[in-house]
Amino acid sequence: MPTKTYRGREFEVDAEGFFTVPSQWSEDIAAEIAREEGIGELTDRHWQVIKFMRHEYDEKGAGPTVRVLGKTSGVPIKELYQLFPRGPAKIAAKIAGIPKPRGCI
Amino acid sequence: MSDNAQPMPIEKVSIIVSKGSLDGVYPGLIMANGARAEGIEADLFFTFFGLDAIHKARHEHIKMATVGNPGLHFATLLGGLPGMSAVMTHYMTQRMAKLDIPSVPEFIEMIADTGAGLYACKASADLFGLEKNDFIPQVADIITVGEFYAMAAGGQIIFT
Repeated sequence: MPTKTYRGREFEVDAEGFFTVPSQWSEDIAAEIAREEGIGELTDRHWQVIKFMRHEYDEKGAGPTVRVLGKTSGVPIKELYQLFPRGPAKIAAKIAGIPKPRGCI
Repeated sequence: MSDNAQPMPIEKVSIIVSKGSLDGVYPGLIMANGARAEGIEADLFFTFFGLDAIHKARHEHIKMATVGNPGLHFATLLGGLPGMSAVMTHYMTQRMAKLDIPSVPEFIEMIADTGAGLYACKASADLFGLEKNDFIPQVADIITVGEFYAMAAGGQIIFT
């Protein structure tokens, strides 16, 4: 199992860098993961999405797709792609320390 | 996958939608939306009856083809009965709604919001006598096949 080191701590991740043990994640490492994904600074809007990802994962055991994010996170799809240009659900899931969402739509 | 033999990731796709039936339109839309979700650049190019998917008056009425569709597993003659296409379209859209798959108009609006480009084929638009204002506002332009190839440069082309 590959690992990643953020802020001097080691975390278990999959081949693409998604956390496999979401409980290991904490908010203080989010900015470092975001930088790795090309996002310079996490704004309140980024955090709204990241927290929503965590919430959905806790409730349902899986992260939401972009469509679900657009409908229920309070951030519309256009803005989601401005915040996370390389794929909102995918990148936000990585920053939020949850597995990659698997929906097709 | 081994570390030294990673295939090059796909960075850009240009998807052609050439059919105007429900089962002809959705695959291209799902491929485009899925590409954007992966951070892959995507453009959609609508040609021939695929133009119905971006036609203001027609895109809400995309129907399932019931004639000559062996995938439905019923006799060809039944597929041609009056109302059969409407019934099967209703059945399919109900099933899709249950899975939270958006309707064609909603899906196309969503795909435009993801930053994908929507284009109409000039030869087909000329053939059907359609102009830019016949299409939904998300359509960026009516383009020639040459312009399409220029736009598709450096990426993968997917024909549906």
